[in-house]
This record gives sequence, C-alpha cells and structure tokens, in this order.
Amino acid sequence: MVGIINYGAGNIRSVCSSIIACGKKVFLIERGSDIKKSDIIVLPGVGAFDDGMKGLSLKGIIGPLVEEIDKGKPFLGICLGFQMLFSHSEEGDSKGLGIIKGEVKRFKLKNKKLKVPHMGWSRVKLSEPDNPLFFNIGDNNYFYFAHSYYVQPDDISVVAGTTEYGIEFASFIKKDNIVGVQFHPEKSGELGIKFLKNFLEGIWLQ
Amino acid sequence: MAAIRIIPCLDVKDGKVVKGVHFENLREAGDPVEHASFYSRENADEIVFLDISATIEGRKTMVDVVKRVSEVVFIPMTVGGGIKSLQDIEDLLKSGADKISINTAAVRNPELIEEGAKKFGSQCIIVAIDAKRAGKNKWEVYIESGKTPTGFEAVEWAKKVQKLGAGEILLTSIDMDGTQKGYDIELTRSVSESVSIPVIASGGAGTLEHMADVIIKGKASAVLLASLLHFRKYTISQIKEFLKNKGIEVRL
Repeated sequence: MVGIINYGAGNIRSVCSSIIACGKKVFLIERGSDIKKSDIIVLPGVGAFDDGMKGLSLKGIIGPLVEEIDKGKPFLGICLGFQMLFSHSEEGDSKGLGIIKGEVKRFKLKNKKLKVPHMGWSRVKLSEPDNPLFFNIGDNNYFYFAHSYYVQPDDISVVAGTTEYGIEFASFIKKDNIVGVQFHPEKSGELGIKFLKNFLEGIWLQ
Repeated sequence: MAAIRIIPCLDVKDGKVVKGVHFENLREAGDPVEHASFYSRENADEIVFLDISATIEGRKTMVDVVKRVSEVVFIPMTVGGGIKSLQDIEDLLKSGADKISINTAAVRNPELIEEGAKKFGSQCIIVAIDAKRAGKNKWEVYIESGKTPTGFEAVEWAKKVQKLGAGEILLTSIDMDGTQKGYDIELTRSVSESVSIPVIASGGAGTLEHMADVIIKGKASAVLLASLLHFRKYTISQIKEFLKNKGIEVRL
C-alpha cells in the first residue's frame, strides 16, 4: 500500500486521487507508527516550510520517516514535501529533514517580467534522457509548478532534471530510493499520471 | 519560462454548471465533472469554478462538486464565489481545490488574504479584482458581482493584496466584460507592471488577436475564458496554436 503522509497542511486529496488513478491502494499516514505499514511513502505538500516541519514533528513522523527512507523504502517528495528533504530553507527557521544535503532558496529574479510565485506549466529537462521515471514521457515536457522557493543540493549528481525560470533549478532529483519533484505530478494532467505510474511501478529502483 | 495559461471558467449554481458547454456529446447536462474532464482533455491549463449559488445549501454542494472533480481531473482547480472565512477556504482546499479566489470578502476583510496565505500558502490565494474605468489611467474596484463601488483604486489595491500575501490576481474589466470587443489592455498592463505576482486577464475577449494583445501588451500571465469556449467559437488548441505563432510560449 502507498502511504501518503498527512501532516495537516496541503491538498492531499488530489495526491490520493491521482495515485488511485494509477491503480494503487492508498492510506493516510497519521502518526509515526503508520510509516512502517507502507510499501511506498509519499510526502505531498503545499504551504509554508515551518508549518510543514512542525506538522511532521507534532505527529511524531520525522524519526520513523528518516529511518524507513534510510532502510531503502521508495519515497516520493512533492513540492514542499521535496523541499523538506533538505537541510534548511530560506522560508523558515525550522531545520529540514536533512536527508539530502543542501538548501532551499527563494527566487530572486533579475528579470522583472518573471513573476514569483512561479505558477504554471514549465518544461523539465532531463539529465539523462532515458530516465526510467520519465518512461513514455520523454525529455522537455511540461509539468505544473506553484512555488516561490527552489532547492539547491550540495551534490549535483542527484539532479535528474532541471527547469528554467530566470535561473536553472533542480526540479527533479533522484538519489537511491529517494525521488523528489518540485512540480506537482498530481496536477500535471496525463504526463503527471504517467510519472506517478512509473514511480509506483518501481522499475527505476533496479 | 512558464507557458501562458488558458483557463476555462465555469459558473456553477446549486451543484450544476450553468452557461456551460453548448454542444451535444456531454452525457449529463450541467455536470461539473463532465465539463472539467472535457476541458482537461482539450488541454486546458487549469480550470476555474465560480459558485453563483445564492443559498447556503447551494454553496455546500460546491464542496461535493470539488471532491468529485478532483477524483478524475488532474489539472489545477480554482474555486471562487461566496468564500468568506478561513473555514470556507479550508473546506474547499481539503476537498481537492488547489486555489481559492476571493473578491468581496477580500475588500471587506483584508485579513482573510493575510491569514489564508499564512495558513495555506500564497500559491492558493487568488484575489479577484473587478475594476471599472474611472478616468485616465484610473480604475475603481467594485465588489458584489460588480454592483458596489469601493472607492479603492485598482492598481493600489493590487499592490496591497500582493503585500498581504495573495499569490495571483484575477483581473476583470467590468467595462469590457461581455462585450467581446477586447480586453482593457491599459488596466491589465498597469496592474501587471505594478505587482510581481501573476495576473490572469478576464473580460472582453472576442477574437484570438484580443488574447495575444492582453498577453503581449497587457503582460498577462494567463487568460480566463468563458462563453468563447463554451459556445465553441474557439477550441483551446486553436487558441494555443494562434498564440504560438505569435511567439508566445504555450503548452500544446
């Protein structure tokens, strides 16, 4: 079963629906002990960094989550759920999960024509065009974004895809069993569902 | 870069689409799920539902509509109309809406913008501004479906809502709305150039040229369309092809 972490913020309903549309069963992770019951963990997210970390902490999810990810359970972080993987964010004072070393930074765009939040459909350019998570999707396709912050990993070898919005930022990372995306696959139409299917089917793990 | 967004807007009353798509192959007349699915298949970039129910019961059905749509439609969904409180916002977001749009309540109670952005994030708070020309480079903000003048100047109000935490502005020209004679380009440009958040242009589109104008000259990030799409004057693909030929980035 796919466990979707419910930390009080965000629109988890759409994430659940999109995974159900991929033919999988889902349940909500409400407390630390639920983490173990899941075969795959999804951390969705919209909202503010501090609120997100606080939500995870209040439900006692941080410890068990880090442990299960360490053990190699497939994990997908979406948007804020992706950013929370990192050590620190300019958006708040809370520490992130620190599973991936690096920072989350706010867009400071020189080009005044570019609006913040970055809201809408942008292309994801793959580091490796044949990335199995993008099977049947291909390079340079559009996904839906809604964010004012972007991630900057210390180790750039984890970057699997980038998006250009004034700067080129990491919009898709993969490190072992961990996948993180800045875009919202659950809101990216047909291609978003294909991405989720690829993730859930796990060919990328081999 | 981000592609310019084409956003169909559907009016919903008591859980049914009114003024919806005018053609035959929808199974059930006025079903919001069918309408949203149709536009999603047509490559709409987002979808907006405007709840025009007059009663509390009618409004409650909107939550159910949002739930049903979010189960089968996987593009961003915005809901506007009659939202007054943080609880209203939370109910809609939890049901599957990605963004909510507030208009009258934003003017009456600007803290709602601030508290909503703080609690749920700026990206889900759209402030809708209905503006009417009040002189050279001046527009007045109206509320209650364009019936009540507020004394607020539109550009100043736009700056204020951005400061309070709004993530987008949905800007409608009351003068041009329904005329099909083109957008109020000056209004759109004035607002768009004075804020750093995206502006969605609405009101007045009659031709493809009008849409290109409001994007290129008006600096809009998105266009909201209703009857032009519902009456099938243009399909979303036609619009996107046209814009692409004008050098505008679109998601085809």
